Amino acid sequence: MSNAAAIRPGRPALPEWVRRLPEYLMIWVPLLLSAAHLISFSLWTIWISFTPSTLVPVSGWVGLRNYTAVAASRNWQIAFDNLLLFGSAFVVLSAATGLILAILLDQRIRGENALRSIFLYPLAVSFVVTGTVWSWLLNPGLGIQKLVHDLGWTSFKFDWLIDRDMAIWTIVIAAIWQSSGFAMALFLAGLRSVDADIVKAAQIDGAGPVRIYRRIVLPSLWPITVTVVVIQLQFAISTFDLVRALTNGGPGIATQLPALVVYDLMFQRSLLGRGAAAAVLMLLILLAVLLPYAAWRYVQRRRALHA
Amino acid sequence: MAALSIRALSKRYANLEVLKDIALDIESGEFTVLVGPSGCGKSTLLNIVAGLDYPSAGTIEIGGRVVNDVPPKDRDIAMVFQSYALYPSMTVRQNITFGMECRHVPKAEQEKAVANVAKLLQIETLLGRKPSQLSGGQRQRVAMGRALVRDPLLFLFDEPLSNLDAKLRVEMRMEIKRLHQRIGATIVYVTHDQIEAMTMATRIAVMHQGRVQQFAEPDTVYRYPANLFVARFMGSPPMNTIPARLEAENDGLVVVIGAGRPDEIRLRLRDYDGAAPFVGRDVVFGIRPECIAEGSRAFSNDAPVLVDAPVDMVEPTGAETMVSLRLGGETAMARISPDIRPVPGASASFALDTRRVCLFDPETERLIA
Amino acid sequence: MRDHSFAPSRIWIYLVVTLIAAAWLAPLAVVVLNSLRSNEEIAQGSMIGWPQHLAWSNYPAAWSGFCVAETCSGIRPYMLNSALVTIPATIFSTLLGAIAGYAISLWRFRGDNWIYGIVTLGLFLPQQMRLLPWTIVLRDIGLINTLAGLVLIHTIQGLSFTTLFCRNYYVAIPHELIRAARIDGAGFFRIFWRIILPLSGPILIVTVIWQFTHIWNEFLYGVTFTTGQQQPVTAALIALSAAVADIPQHGVQSAAVIIAALPTLLIYLIGGKYFVRGLTAGAVK
Repeated sequence: MSNAAAIRPGRPALPEWVRRLPEYLMIWVPLLLSAAHLISFSLWTIWISFTPSTLVPVSGWVGLRNYTAVAASRNWQIAFDNLLLFGSAFVVLSAATGLILAILLDQRIRGENALRSIFLYPLAVSFVVTGTVWSWLLNPGLGIQKLVHDLGWTSFKFDWLIDRDMAIWTIVIAAIWQSSGFAMALFLAGLRSVDADIVKAAQIDGAGPVRIYRRIVLPSLWPITVTVVVIQLQFAISTFDLVRALTNGGPGIATQLPALVVYDLMFQRSLLGRGAAAAVLMLLILLAVLLPYAAWRYVQRRRALHA
Repeated sequence: MAALSIRALSKRYANLEVLKDIALDIESGEFTVLVGPSGCGKSTLLNIVAGLDYPSAGTIEIGGRVVNDVPPKDRDIAMVFQSYALYPSMTVRQNITFGMECRHVPKAEQEKAVANVAKLLQIETLLGRKPSQLSGGQRQRVAMGRALVRDPLLFLFDEPLSNLDAKLRVEMRMEIKRLHQRIGATIVYVTHDQIEAMTMATRIAVMHQGRVQQFAEPDTVYRYPANLFVARFMGSPPMNTIPARLEAENDGLVVVIGAGRPDEIRLRLRDYDGAAPFVGRDVVFGIRPECIAEGSRAFSNDAPVLVDAPVDMVEPTGAETMVSLRLGGETAMARISPDIRPVPGASASFALDTRRVCLFDPETERLIA
Repeated sequence: MRDHSFAPSRIWIYLVVTLIAAAWLAPLAVVVLNSLRSNEEIAQGSMIGWPQHLAWSNYPAAWSGFCVAETCSGIRPYMLNSALVTIPATIFSTLLGAIAGYAISLWRFRGDNWIYGIVTLGLFLPQQMRLLPWTIVLRDIGLINTLAGLVLIHTIQGLSFTTLFCRNYYVAIPHELIRAARIDGAGFFRIFWRIILPLSGPILIVTVIWQFTHIWNEFLYGVTFTTGQQQPVTAALIALSAAVADIPQHGVQSAAVIIAALPTLLIYLIGGKYFVRGLTAGAVK
């Protein structure tokens, strides 16, 4: 059993840091690259947004001129209004749909797994595919309207896709189809994590199913609801592919969103400074959502610690 | 030869000092138990000895070699963990040989070593299993096997029995002790269980608030606790520590409990000359529960010291009866014969063994005599 | 509140759920059916309809026949591009993220919390903030309009997710395991390969599925940093849509959409449980 000799290494000892160099490299290089690109790219884009860069980045200082130009542009104003409408409508409706689906699935129904798979599969598909398919369905000359006309109801009208005022709602519809399943998955997890003993106690207290839902189960879903809303908002703010495939911002610029404006300014009009300014504005909108959320999370955690 | 020497060791995290000026010399073949309540720093100390944590100051010598800058694998130690830390994806055999594999020990030698250890611990039939297929006691054995196979200068045990149920814990306690006697290994064993410390150790280091309070043989720690902390920590139930006054009387010393009260108790002490400077001052009087018994018990050939005291509560445990009583107004526990059941609320007669009491300085909390 | 009986009130539940499920499946059904209808048949009716003759030829046409701009190579080269970007980027980001997560959770080192915090911020930083810098970086290192450039981007950006996933999984592994292995003489990599990796099955599946789906479905970087024959399939689909606007060939296009969506749909069908786990784990970031 004696192998004490083997314990002391015979080979000349390299310095500790040399021996551990490979592991330091494997840990630090990727992490530092990741962290460095996040910081430097953000700072660089912010810097560009203050320069007169157009086709190529140039130094110089134009103060907030890019920002005022972007904010004054019709393109951005429409994009911003659309974002407010799309963001709120989509978030509310998809959270509501997700919650309803979760409650329905929580009733111990048969085929729950299959149903859950059906509501979640759109998440596996790219927004490009979703947008393309919905652009067919909602195209009055190809999709639902055409079908109804062919069936004989020729006065039927469902042409939101080409209606300037309603086109943004087609994006809402497609986005809800794509991501309500996500809200459902989170809500369902929340419903299932309600302490069974609490439900039993309520039953013994004489509460019926509706009351148990209203007074015990749903109130416990608040934190999840906030998470769902924040994540969906984050998605709404950066929506790009879906619009690109569904309406490409049209008709005209009726379904413009900030992410499309950024792309348009940067790569189609070659106004780098303004594009960067628009990107920073997007970041600010995002921060307006995320910072309160982070603060809320912080307070929640503190409370949980002290409870 | 000292197997392990710790000198002037301290450890601080930010502004929290978890180990203060630790000095321990452990001889080869000793079974040293580091015992203390949770948070006393005993596990940190063990981790520093293992090289898994770094001291802020001080030196550690293992087998005469300063190992402060030696990585754990080259310290010639083996360790058994509280959670056993068996590698979940490996079989028992692989768990045991993993260290040898890392040290490039030839296969044949590995096989021989595994066979030896498996026989010693009677785990031959388990070698092909995964840790998830083992019971708690079996995991414990495998963890010990993994340590034994290294044949190190020093074994480190980090609360190895605390995840076992009470019955198995007693069995494994005896087994570890037997193993120690058989292979004569040097062991440093951390536990919060003072019974484990008393039963297994050749020497106990009682730790509290980052300091070693006392480092001595179990009997010494029990009989002469260095301070009030040790007195109250070791023993179950712990030593009764009662505020009292020390007085001189007829050339001897008398402890007065509840001075001036109608139920004042005066106990004459013999052979406690060391306490003479404290005559006329407050002391803390320490007496173990087993030194208070029913009035009929004869502790020695001397005339018994008898007191009448009101009984608060009676707890029969089967092997004995624990009685909570009041001595001069202070609560004390007594350990009396199982077939005697005093009546709560009434007074009963108790015999006190005054040859084995302790006196502590209430200021410094240190043992006076 | 939860019983298995078929009370009348429960029929409503089934009715509602079935209707919603049908609505959710409808788009898929429409595309699948269209992919089997000839372009002419669709042109005569609507996009919604039952195939009169099964036009299987849409699939070979979509795969290798139809033309976008001047090239008539079908969707095949773009599928290949997507695979050549997605597979290496998934492997690299997962492996590096696993090692980083392992180092952060089980080894601790100076500054680990800082760097971890910054890296996970990458989950929130909009892509638009990185578009221009990536353009310049890719140009300067000669990777603009290459698949390798996309692999680089997705590897580095994917690290934010993979590091977070793996770190959160590995924190549950007892530190004593690492200590025991260190005393046994195992180093950083040996502990990773022999002890941590065999325990990592579930999280690696989640991470791989998540990364694969995301990178495969990604569009913005693909369309920004590559052109023509270098584009991934998402960008090619958009280009195809533009081409189809002139000469309608919706049957072929539907087949192309199905082919493009198939890899991630298959992964979802096979690893659905892990897919959902990744989804919900990502939500609690």
